[in-house]
Amino acid sequence: MAGIEIRNLRKHFGDLHAVDGVTLSIHDGEFLVLLGSSGSGKTTLLRMIAGLERPTSGEIHIGDQRVDGDVPPRARGIAMVFQSYALYPHRTVFQNIAFPLEASRTPRKQIEEKVRWAAELFSISRYLDRYPRQLSGGERQRVALCRALVRDPKVFLLDEPLANLDAKLRNTARDDLKRFQRRIKTTTVYVTHDQVEAMGLGDRIVVMERGKVRQIGTPQEVYEEPVDTFVATFVGQPPMNLLEARDPALPGRTLLGFRPEHFLPKGVFGPSDDTRPFRFAVRRVEYLGSDRYVYGSVVEAGAAPGEVTIIAKLPATIALPIPEGETHEFAVPRRALRYFDADTGLKRAP
Amino acid sequence: MTAHRTLADREDVLGALMLAPALAYVILLVGVPFGFAILLSFSDATAGSLHFGWAGLRNYAAILGDPIFLRALKNSAIVTVGSQLLVVIIATAAAQVLRATFRGKRLARFVLLLPWAVPVSLIVQAWRIFPFATVIVLAGLSSIPQEIVEAAIVDGAGFWRRLFQVELPLLLPVVAVAVLFGVVYTATDLGVVYILTGGGPANTTHVLPTLAFQRGILGADLGQGAAIAVFLLPFLVVVAVAMLRLARHTEVGAR
Repeated sequence: MAGIEIRNLRKHFGDLHAVDGVTLSIHDGEFLVLLGSSGSGKTTLLRMIAGLERPTSGEIHIGDQRVDGDVPPRARGIAMVFQSYALYPHRTVFQNIAFPLEASRTPRKQIEEKVRWAAELFSISRYLDRYPRQLSGGERQRVALCRALVRDPKVFLLDEPLANLDAKLRNTARDDLKRFQRRIKTTTVYVTHDQVEAMGLGDRIVVMERGKVRQIGTPQEVYEEPVDTFVATFVGQPPMNLLEARDPALPGRTLLGFRPEHFLPKGVFGPSDDTRPFRFAVRRVEYLGSDRYVYGSVVEAGAAPGEVTIIAKLPATIALPIPEGETHEFAVPRRALRYFDADTGLKRAP
Repeated sequence: MTAHRTLADREDVLGALMLAPALAYVILLVGVPFGFAILLSFSDATAGSLHFGWAGLRNYAAILGDPIFLRALKNSAIVTVGSQLLVVIIATAAAQVLRATFRGKRLARFVLLLPWAVPVSLIVQAWRIFPFATVIVLAGLSSIPQEIVEAAIVDGAGFWRRLFQVELPLLLPVVAVAVLFGVVYTATDLGVVYILTGGGPANTTHVLPTLAFQRGILGADLGQGAAIAVFLLPFLVVVAVAMLRLARHTEVGAR
């Protein structure tokens, strides 16, 4: 058991600053998700923790051991699950799981016991004699987790382990993973580009972009109080609406931000609700079963409709007909409004 | 636009047509001489005459009772197996070195692979096959997914464990093919031994091809020369079948 301390960590590949000064403190037993699009540096950061990549500068501490120098992966007390699972194709499931134990010269009998225990935990005991190619994607993923588990690592490093599963399986796998982590309480760093995974799994989420950390917080904090327009639009589907405020009460060049699910027909709100009204020129309505997405633009008084596309997400419980091509009265509760500096993108007080 | 099927639409005909030149090549330049060699080995034909008489198994009886032939047979086996063993070891080691990044890597690659361009007459069998085998092993190494190698590193496997338990088993199909090429190439080679020793001194360094050449062409006994050469066949068939089976099985992953 151990936390991870990362201080001003950098990794440069020539001119590319893949990780550009990351400082991060991961608590003991925490499930931390690194969220970012491809090229954000999240995988490079994970690989540096694993010891597969050497930092250009900065420090990494796992527990009370500093590891950023010459400490090889095997001495870091980590276990890693790769996106492709990286099972050894010429070894059976048993031999795959046993491999790290053989490498640490564990006695035969103990290896046998440990492999069977781990296989039992992930219900793959039946497959111990099979080869990886004879297994489904979900089974392979569990074999990879078993192989990581038997090492008794201080830290689990997971690199998009669910990305290769089909959507249906991904939900159950996510649930399994979370329950499993809660049970063994091992510090886990999980890399993904999928915000649904990040929200569902993480105790905290680290949003990364171009090698830098944009925000660290619980899923709720990241979703409800994004620190800048990048996080606001990266997290949430559809993304947060951003609209230049033409409000004399606000400082100039302020962006209003509000989530699509807060942007609703005015009639939905009661008279006592403190709301900000908008005139919404509806262009198109998308029916998605549980929701309706309404696309359009906001019309300011005496001006042509704005160019920015605004999206409203109406739950199926709102049955009100919204004809396309017409302008409707919409509103956002004031407590759901966020304010950003249009020049820096940073969050500001109202 | 033509309404009826053209030649290009008829895959059966087109396929046969496109295969024909290769087939003709193999039949005329490999099949016919091969059949002819077997025929010759049962004859008392001699070079320089058109006489062709049936000799039955006499040629085979003669060479099997001949210590020089037995010596050549043994030499063939030793040279082939030994050189390929050496090649596999050295080529694997060289591929490992060439895969690592270091200054002058390009130069090292160039120098190591140079024998390709150098006249073969001065180089022993292993050295001759070595660059080719290195290229094959190198290609095989780069076909191993990087994540598998990294998984082994994270799993705590050191260099030797990675080499023997992960990389070499995954290389096996590729190495098998390299060895197959090497065996056929070495076992049927006439040039190296012929030029280096000519089979001497006192016929002690003959391999099957040189002995066949000496008896059949220089000694003008075509029948016996052919019989000696035919002895390569069972040996090569066994090796080829074994190697191809190995390559196929490891590829499928179930042994």
